[in-house]
Amino acid sequence: MADSLDVLSTLKLVYTIYAIVAISLIAWYAYSITQKGGEIKTASKGIFWSYVAVLIVMGTGLHFLTFNLVPWVPMDLDRANIKAEKTFKITYKDHVITLDENPMRVPCNKYVIFDADSEDLTYGFGIFRQNHTLVTQMQVVPNNGNDLMWKFGKNGTYYIRSTEYSGPKGAHMIIEDAVIVSGCSEDDIHSIK
Amino acid sequence: MSYLNKLMDGHDGGLKHEGMTPMQKIAMRFVVIGLLYYGLAALEGMIMRAYEITPLPFIDETHFFSIMTVHPMVGIFGSSYMIVFGAFLFLTPFLMEKPIYSLKMANGSWMFIGGGVLIMWLAGFLFSYAPLYTLYWPLPADTEQFTAIGGIVYIVGVVGIMIGTFLYTYNVFKTIVYTPKGWEKQPSGALLRSALGLTAIANFFRKKETKHLVPLPIAAIARGTIDVGLNAIVISTAGVLILIYLVGNGLFSMDLQDTWVDALLYKNIFWWGLDLVADGLVLVFVAGTWYLLAMMISGKDLYMQNVARAALFVEMVVSWTVWSHHLMSDQGQSNALKVLSGEVVTAFELVTQGIAVFIVLTTLYKAKPIKMTNELKFLLGGILGFMLAVPAGIIQADLGMNRILHNTQWIIGNHVHVAILVGLTMTLYSAIYVLFPILTNGVKLYSQKLASAHFWLHLVGGIGMGAFMGMAGIDGMLRRTIYYNGEYNTYMILAGICGAMMMLAFILFLYNIIMSIGLKGLLGIYQPSKIDTHDCLVQEKDK
Repeated sequence: MADSLDVLSTLKLVYTIYAIVAISLIAWYAYSITQKGGEIKTASKGIFWSYVAVLIVMGTGLHFLTFNLVPWVPMDLDRANIKAEKTFKITYKDHVITLDENPMRVPCNKYVIFDADSEDLTYGFGIFRQNHTLVTQMQVVPNNGNDLMWKFGKNGTYYIRSTEYSGPKGAHMIIEDAVIVSGCSEDDIHSIK
Repeated sequence: MSYLNKLMDGHDGGLKHEGMTPMQKIAMRFVVIGLLYYGLAALEGMIMRAYEITPLPFIDETHFFSIMTVHPMVGIFGSSYMIVFGAFLFLTPFLMEKPIYSLKMANGSWMFIGGGVLIMWLAGFLFSYAPLYTLYWPLPADTEQFTAIGGIVYIVGVVGIMIGTFLYTYNVFKTIVYTPKGWEKQPSGALLRSALGLTAIANFFRKKETKHLVPLPIAAIARGTIDVGLNAIVISTAGVLILIYLVGNGLFSMDLQDTWVDALLYKNIFWWGLDLVADGLVLVFVAGTWYLLAMMISGKDLYMQNVARAALFVEMVVSWTVWSHHLMSDQGQSNALKVLSGEVVTAFELVTQGIAVFIVLTTLYKAKPIKMTNELKFLLGGILGFMLAVPAGIIQADLGMNRILHNTQWIIGNHVHVAILVGLTMTLYSAIYVLFPILTNGVKLYSQKLASAHFWLHLVGGIGMGAFMGMAGIDGMLRRTIYYNGEYNTYMILAGICGAMMMLAFILFLYNIIMSIGLKGLLGIYQPSKIDTHDCLVQEKDK
């Protein structure tokens, strides 16, 4: 099962290749329009509309791709109908995160819900590896439901921090070793302490 | 000629402000203030870049976030709005071949926006008011973290900006549809339909196309200006709400409850309004400016002009329905809104912007071989900026990707800063290079070498800074936070070097412009014009 590191690594590779292609294309174009020679033909309507069709397919196709390849998308959309193994209550108030259970011990490959409430401001709930890469996150909006369903497939110890700005004090809203996942056959090498 | 004389009088005689029309002067006033605010935003950006490498001892956390609060406001309203409004208030009457509706309103616009930005900036500098531009409820009304007076000063500044914005909006539309005194009656309704793009849409279904009454750039200006006006209404409404709480709770010790306003509903409405800037007027104005620049540079008609007009209309409608991509990590937001507005509608920004890129590149290609002028190279730089930034935005507006990219440096680096600094700003520089001889009655540029250095430093610095911020974001670095232990120092040092390149680029550009027009000419822009616009039009008719 793909995790966030797999998806982020793919993104870094694909986007870097795309950026190099885009820069090269414009550089080639900039050179070619200054050069004489050759019959100047403009694109036909057929080419133009084919290009538009490609843009539509690429723009919307990304979402079909991630729906089928990124495991947390269908889980998130259908979370109201999925029974969770465990629910962790989290409270935010006065720039302090309070966990009902600290650390939150998560069984491997089971659905769990992180259920956060804010009693004052808008905050964020993010789970991070020890190398600071992001596992998952959600916004924590006061007086609204903030429930994040997740399934961990690797052993590891994670820290949480607020991922939304809530004033200058928000930068310090971190709880080390707040999530501990165990029982998996594989370790998350970036989260083992 | 001594250096001092050249600085005072400008290159090759410099700017003779006595010969400038009122509209030339007004446009230059906007542009000069816009460039100064750009410099301020760049300086703030560099302070924050340095702070992200290591916290600076003379700036505390609170002040760091107050800089972060005013930085986008100075950049967007103080710089981008000013340069764009100045150019469009000049181009609208120029392209419609009639006088502007109101010179007083045009002057009022730059005064209110320029003054409003200064007041708002002071709220951060003097009172460390720091709710960020997002103003997530109830943070801007939080009198425990911020002083009420700081918030009130901030909102007063925003009100000034919005008044200037409303004046601009009204003036642009009035100029398009009104009949100048003594002229034959103008078809206001048909002009408005053409400007809004309804004629272009109807042409798709007619056997015989109706002639467009307004030039294509006017259509772009009109459609973007609709979003400007709607955005001003939303921001003004949010400002009034915040002001009520700050005055009530902060000054009169009342007990207005935060919970009377639903934070998620507020966030929806606020982002709906804010996206009219980010995903509306920026893309519409930029596409319109590209079309105008492509026609001026190539001397050719625009390729697929009716499609371009229709695409501008579609972009405007898209901008009204995309706001949910900012709320994909809000679990209270409905799935339907996340998928339809957040993912599907947002994907059409790739389509509309892609169409604009194709049309502009094809139009320029028709004129090959073309000389690589300053305006052409900056235009291509601007197109490249959006070619990089728009797909980055589409990627983050995906339910799978947003869960791991939201609020990271990816958003603000690869998407926002590349879009604004490379895409938008390089387009504006292209427009400035095109308009410079028109607005200054043919003043020659002081140094081409400086202009070339400006181009390369800005392009490489802008793309580089966005790329390194984006890579830090992929590795988990959040935006809107401080890292105290150097977790991302490699990326931040590289981003800082690239930021310094852009800062140097701006200094070279500013020096080049000042040396071209001279300080006397620069100050003369702010003196009243001795020329009556109506006299100019009479002379034009007599020719």
